[in-house]
Amino acid sequence: MNRLALFLPLSLFAALTLVLMLGLDKDPTELPSALVDEPFPSFSMPSLQDPESLVSKQDFADEVLLVNVWATWCFACRIEHPSLNALAEQGVKIVGLNYKDQRKAAKLWLLERGNPYVFNIYDEQGNLGIDLGVYGAPETYLVDAQGIIRHRRVGVVDKRVWEEEFAALYLELTGTAPVLGETQ
Amino acid sequence: MFCILLLQTQLLLANAEVVAFSDESLRPRYQQLIEELRCPKCQNQNLADSNSPISNDLRAQVQRLLEEDLSDQQIKDYLVARYSEFILYRPEVNKTTWLLWGSPVIFVLLGMLVVYRLYFKRQGIDPSSPDQSSTQSDSQITAQDQQRLDSLLADREQQ
Repeated sequence: MNRLALFLPLSLFAALTLVLMLGLDKDPTELPSALVDEPFPSFSMPSLQDPESLVSKQDFADEVLLVNVWATWCFACRIEHPSLNALAEQGVKIVGLNYKDQRKAAKLWLLERGNPYVFNIYDEQGNLGIDLGVYGAPETYLVDAQGIIRHRRVGVVDKRVWEEEFAALYLELTGTAPVLGETQ
Repeated sequence: MFCILLLQTQLLLANAEVVAFSDESLRPRYQQLIEELRCPKCQNQNLADSNSPISNDLRAQVQRLLEEDLSDQQIKDYLVARYSEFILYRPEVNKTTWLLWGSPVIFVLLGMLVVYRLYFKRQGIDPSSPDQSSTQSDSQITAQDQQRLDSLLADREQQ
């Protein structure tokens, strides 16, 4: 009994090592999502294309859609944009949240790179961003027909991310399975 | 090192001066909050120290909420609802954090247990407490041993 007790410090050390090693695998830049399975926050903001007209959650029209947070100053958004174009071509409804951007630059971006968005919310001050807990563009939210956020991705959506995180849920919600190619 | 500290305090002071409150009594609460809240984008910096755009926005939001007469707890709840508990440098006690909060107490108790056991074990073999050791050794001699001892002593007397 006493001899076994001598191994106690070693086994405690081994247990601690194991716990810390598991911790190494976690991505420290990733935050837990506070808003998954919560309703998308209601908002009323100018649209990007027309400063005079306001857009709100009513414009989601009870459809399954992606909400994509983007900006022209966001480098990763450049990489992501072709994926969004490809998804939109296959009928995925994408609402853009143009986050803390300049209207002119953002409109030019859409002209140059194509416009995958059904409409764009122009969030100049980042207020809707705060309500969503946005901490880095690009971010993509999958919102169901009831207006509930079902999934959140912080970072670029590419083929791998779409297949791993979105495809199954999107199929379940809509019955369609859009695919992304390797090149996007 | 000292220079850096000095620079940092000056930056903090400069920072605080920019913020204007309708009521000066809000300022200490503001300072306290931004020091306890964590920048969601940066690794391990609070809102007060961080100069990232998101921290600027969140500081402004904290200020707005203070002006709207929300309590410190309401402001924290507001941010936790959006950014999750990650944003709190001093997390609430709940079912995921009880071990974190409880572990110092657990370790102190364990340490006390170890010290207690070591201390009393040592006292058990300490010659300075003859009562304990003598009664122990007395009872350990069996009848057989006693017999052998007696015969040895008797042999010696004969020689």
